[in-house]
Amino acid sequence: MKLLVCLKQVPAKDAPLKLNSAGSWIVEDVSYEVSEPDAYALEEALRQKEAHGGEVTVITVGPQRAAQVLREALAKGADKAIHVEGDGTQLLDSFATAEAITRAIPGQHFDLILTGLQSDDSGAAQVGVILAELMGIPHATIIMQIEPVPGGVRVKRELEGGAFQYLEMPTPAVLTIQSGINKLRYATLMGIKQAKSKPLSKINAETDGISVELNRLVIERLYVPGAQKKTERITGTAKDAAARIASVLKAQGIGAGE
Amino acid sequence: MTSDENNAPQQGAVLAVVEHSDGKLTRASLEVIAAAQKWAEALQAPAEAVLVGAPDVELGAELSRYQLRAVLQGRHEALRSYAYDVYTQALQQLITATQPVLVLFPHSYRTRDFAPRLATRAGRALISDVIAMRVEQGKPVFTRPIFQGKFAADVAATGGAPYFVSLQIGAFQEPPRLGEQPAPVRDVAVDPEPSRIKSEAPFHEAQQTVDLAQAARIVAVGRGLKEAKYMELAQQLASVLHAELGASRPVCDSGWLPMDRQIGSSGQTVSPKLYVALGISGAIQHLVGMKSARTIIAINKDPEAPIFEVADYGVVGNLFEVVPALLEELKKPS
Repeated sequence: MKLLVCLKQVPAKDAPLKLNSAGSWIVEDVSYEVSEPDAYALEEALRQKEAHGGEVTVITVGPQRAAQVLREALAKGADKAIHVEGDGTQLLDSFATAEAITRAIPGQHFDLILTGLQSDDSGAAQVGVILAELMGIPHATIIMQIEPVPGGVRVKRELEGGAFQYLEMPTPAVLTIQSGINKLRYATLMGIKQAKSKPLSKINAETDGISVELNRLVIERLYVPGAQKKTERITGTAKDAAARIASVLKAQGIGAGE
Repeated sequence: MTSDENNAPQQGAVLAVVEHSDGKLTRASLEVIAAAQKWAEALQAPAEAVLVGAPDVELGAELSRYQLRAVLQGRHEALRSYAYDVYTQALQQLITATQPVLVLFPHSYRTRDFAPRLATRAGRALISDVIAMRVEQGKPVFTRPIFQGKFAADVAATGGAPYFVSLQIGAFQEPPRLGEQPAPVRDVAVDPEPSRIKSEAPFHEAQQTVDLAQAARIVAVGRGLKEAKYMELAQQLASVLHAELGASRPVCDSGWLPMDRQIGSSGQTVSPKLYVALGISGAIQHLVGMKSARTIIAINKDPEAPIFEVADYGVVGNLFEVVPALLEELKKPS
């Protein structure tokens, strides 16, 4: 099975994010990591390869720093990597990103293309579905299980309210992967060493005609959302804070002597 | 097909695309109708509801109670069970026939599954998870969360009408207005090709053992708890408060708590009297499942965490210090 996994580099979960002075984007001088749902997509691709044979290619669209998520994926066991690189590519919307991926893989005939169900930064949850539309192939979203069948795949899709559904579709297909589908692995020292000799090809986004000009969605400004409630901020020592909360709880008849 | 009796072209409407299951409209569908009514006013356009489904889906009469110019039904045997390809095609045909200005969907799993295709086919963006709209120089500007809800983004779409928008569930809870007389119900011809997807019937994995929706008090834990061994601390607080334990998705993904204790868009929706959030940053997927709790107490080390936007009491601090201190305090007689 020939698999492609789409990875996005996003600010690390505990990175303190600040807006730039224009309020148009965040200050980018923070630490980054692979978007968590994409990590599950990679893990699933590696497991499929281990179970059924084949090859895993990883791709990312992003500035120079995004190569890190490809190196980590190679260290975990991916075979090849493609970096669609360019300044400003972190500002591409879902459509432009899907377009960039489509242009980067002509004639490569992947059986399955996996992405996380949504990114941890913009959270639009659309690149995988748009990619399938642009490539003219089927897709399924929020997938919790993949099983190859002759000519296609049978997948378990998560529905709302704790329900699931099995779907079967012909391949090639795009699947967006739900977090928690598997347990993530760590890269081994051996893997990190081997990754250095694996192919990582770079594609210049601009040469491929990829820029924010393709965006169909334009961010006008970012801001800190207004509080939805009047929040009492409790400061001071842990003991002070605990005393205040305890008094709030006791006022509601909760706690000792209940 | 879309012209009225005197054959004048009708003004493009704000369409509310509703969802139904087991013959009932979903709650999120009512929110979409309410938003369509509100935004139709702002855009000086009429609002219409759109229903797609099998030929025997009879929800037109129910929808016609609301203040709408019309209820449009796209019904076809191929739409009996959901598959992205037939739904995309049917809605594409309906949109081509009716030329709306704005198409609204609930930000449901189903919408996420097909609406990006629909918008792409129309040469437009789907603006997802939207919580507000305003009109600026005649054009709509939409607000949606970004960076897990840490910021809000005002976004516009290129290409003009129609705009495709999915609405955050829970963001438009005011019930839709009823009309003075029933809105006309009209069938719009749709003829999708059969699906390429073989879909089996939805099922539940195991009987859900915990119904958190009924819990009066919940202590919920997030990634800030760091390791499974610290669950003991949360457990202690829960037992002192006579509360159920719940969690955000990453905690259940890591196996610290079973999946049936997950709260949020992929888990349970709860509205207890007391919700204590320990180390939960408040990603939007979690907030939609708990923000209607009556009293929310949040303890988190990150002062910027979005959980504080919905909290009544927010402690910026180390939960490993605050929770033991709180347990001490609660032991004291009042």
